[in-house]
Amino acid sequence: MTDAAGIADDVLWAAIADPSRRRLLDLLVQGGEATASGLAPEVPFTRQAVTKHLAVLEQAGLVSRHKVGREVLFRVDPGRLDEATRALAQVAQRWDRRLAAIKRLAEATHRAAPRPSATS
Amino acid sequence: MADLTITREIVIEAPVEVVWRTITEPDQIALWFADRVDVDIRPGAAGTLVFEDKATAEAVSAAVVVDAVEPPHRFSFRWGAPEGETPVPGNSALAEFTLIAEAGDRTRLRVSETGLDGLPWPDEEKARYAEDHRDGWRIHFGRLGALLGSPAG
Repeated sequence: MTDAAGIADDVLWAAIADPSRRRLLDLLVQGGEATASGLAPEVPFTRQAVTKHLAVLEQAGLVSRHKVGREVLFRVDPGRLDEATRALAQVAQRWDRRLAAIKRLAEATHRAAPRPSATS
Repeated sequence: MADLTITREIVIEAPVEVVWRTITEPDQIALWFADRVDVDIRPGAAGTLVFEDKATAEAVSAAVVVDAVEPPHRFSFRWGAPEGETPVPGNSALAEFTLIAEAGDRTRLRVSETGLDGLPWPDEEKARYAEDHRDGWRIHFGRLGALLGSPAG
């Protein structure tokens, strides 16, 4: 993945890898949309940090901003968030399948030749 | 670079020694992972995993480098490097198995994978999700949190 898509993906991963940014995403998902000042009291970091994190999320395409009067409101871009979730869920599902296969194999081996055990 | 980790685990009704052999012997690995496994199981060994795509009958090979081999509790390897490159930190994912012996000849097997930055992002169905489905997003976000571990609060 050395093409433009790969670079964009790195930005996306970096954006969601940070717990503070995931917290902000979570608040935006729950609240629909919010201003940076509206989000600041909900998180254990400063309004300046909120603004910085929102900028990273915006760059990754995870949130977008729009103006209403004098306020700048942020909201989640669902498509982008879903991409991130799906890709991770896919990785997790593949490992779940492999773990289930390991379990079947190991249990079959153990049943075929159980070792002497004090507990049985 | 992002540092995302996926962690999954399962409890197996077999002792750690048996689970260890299942995850580290190449002929066993071929039963749960790749279709062919050509690598020595010792730290630093480089080799190949071959995956056969059942739909197209094509074989895809992937480079693998064994990382840690600490019987019977820890086994890890790197894979997922760009084609033609040897998996090293920074260009690949690290898959790490941890085996924990539990009472009654059981084993808790945990796998974590880090360095997932290079994952492909499928474009399909994106449009379908571009509408505003807030409840849907909450579910998706919940899943994301479950996969990554949500911050407290």
